[in-house]
Amino acid sequence: MDLYGYRRPDGSVGVRNHVIVLPVDDISNAACEAVAAKITGTLALPHAYGRLQYGPDLDLHFRTMIGTGANPNVAAAIVIGIEPAWTERIVEGIAETGKPVVGFSIEGHGELEIVRRASWAAMAMVQQASEQQRERIELAELVVSIKCGESDTTTGLGSCPTVGGAVDRLVDAGATVFFGETSELTGGEHLVAARMASDEIREAFLRTYDGYVSEIASHGVDLLGSQPTQGNIAGGLSTIEEKALGNIQKLGTHPVVGVLAPAERPASGPGLYFMDTSSAAAECITLMAAAGAVVHFFPTGQGNIIGNPIEPVIKLTANAATATTMSEHIDLDVSGLLTREIGLSTATDRLVDVLQSTVNGRLTAAEALGHREFVMTKLYRSA
Amino acid sequence: MHKALAHNRGDHVAVAVAPITAGEEIVIVYLDDDGEVRLRAQADVPYGHKVAVEPLAADEAVIEYSTQVGVARTSIQPGDYVHTHNIKTARW
Repeated sequence: MDLYGYRRPDGSVGVRNHVIVLPVDDISNAACEAVAAKITGTLALPHAYGRLQYGPDLDLHFRTMIGTGANPNVAAAIVIGIEPAWTERIVEGIAETGKPVVGFSIEGHGELEIVRRASWAAMAMVQQASEQQRERIELAELVVSIKCGESDTTTGLGSCPTVGGAVDRLVDAGATVFFGETSELTGGEHLVAARMASDEIREAFLRTYDGYVSEIASHGVDLLGSQPTQGNIAGGLSTIEEKALGNIQKLGTHPVVGVLAPAERPASGPGLYFMDTSSAAAECITLMAAAGAVVHFFPTGQGNIIGNPIEPVIKLTANAATATTMSEHIDLDVSGLLTREIGLSTATDRLVDVLQSTVNGRLTAAEALGHREFVMTKLYRSA
Repeated sequence: MHKALAHNRGDHVAVAVAPITAGEEIVIVYLDDDGEVRLRAQADVPYGHKVAVEPLAADEAVIEYSTQVGVARTSIQPGDYVHTHNIKTARW
């Protein structure tokens, strides 16, 4: 398979060449958006948080910020925050990749002055990044994330098994794949646990899963009314267990080689990894991109329209109605699996073809439509 | 042509892949062995929703993907429409 991507100074491989303007905190969004509005080819990543966070919640904030800048789809990064210390911490984290990164803090200078300085820096970065050429890369160098959304019964019958086929081929080729959605595994968690490569990894998975479930229970509530969602129920899913069993069809058949914290980059080799994430699509994909995923497979039933600013999201559906009524959001229609006009290996071939064209630069539907959902996971409320 | 797909032999339910009308005889295909069964639909079943292929007693575990996906709230007969009105989660 001929694949072409961008090789970064740390050896990692990206499939996009973004210059991002990253706010450290909510009040720096406006400055970042001003820079991105002026300098063609830059991308602001506004978000809602970054003030008065503490402990593990603050750690996750920094990990997500640094990981986003470090993602191989990012050629260079401008970081803007209100205060210098946290801004510098993020700049230093991203700088470890060797890519160009520079930070600015607004206090003591004012926003207009910082927008001026950051715009000069952004302009130089964009011109430099635009010179970089794609080069030949291997499938084994890709980090791919998977998560489904607005699931229905067609997801478990068609689109998730298609992703499962592609995940098996990726892992066979030596690539790295992330799956997550911790609480949404409920009903199939024993089947996922059975897939862990060792007892130690299985214990880590069950500790993570039980922790999430007890956190929900600690609020004195259950997920009835939330899981399955109204969209899931309209699509024919009756219980969270049924939803989970459809969901896990996308995991393929290989052992799970590690358990990752949210936004954690794998320290060891390639393979299929579980990451502790929310099942809300934007939060989940933001965390996976921050861990280094460069392309995402997103099976949908009723038609989730999610995208991500730095990671192309490939959407596929086996629901013929969704493929017709929401065609602008769908990159691959595998509804022929339900009419039995095509088999699973054909559907998988087609998804791998879409992966190839996406890696080589073709914009996904979500990219063309400007879907850039960038959502930080918050562990608890700010101080 | 088939109107519903079941994941595995032994599953209690199949998924309608075309709208099903009460009273019609439908073909259900099993994805694991390509085998077929025919039964008469007892209710309308919308696209993507489930039809029972095996009888279920109230409180019995409902099996799909060869795995429990819930519990029957009432007794259910082959050909019945199966959804939140007659099955529920076993978790809470």
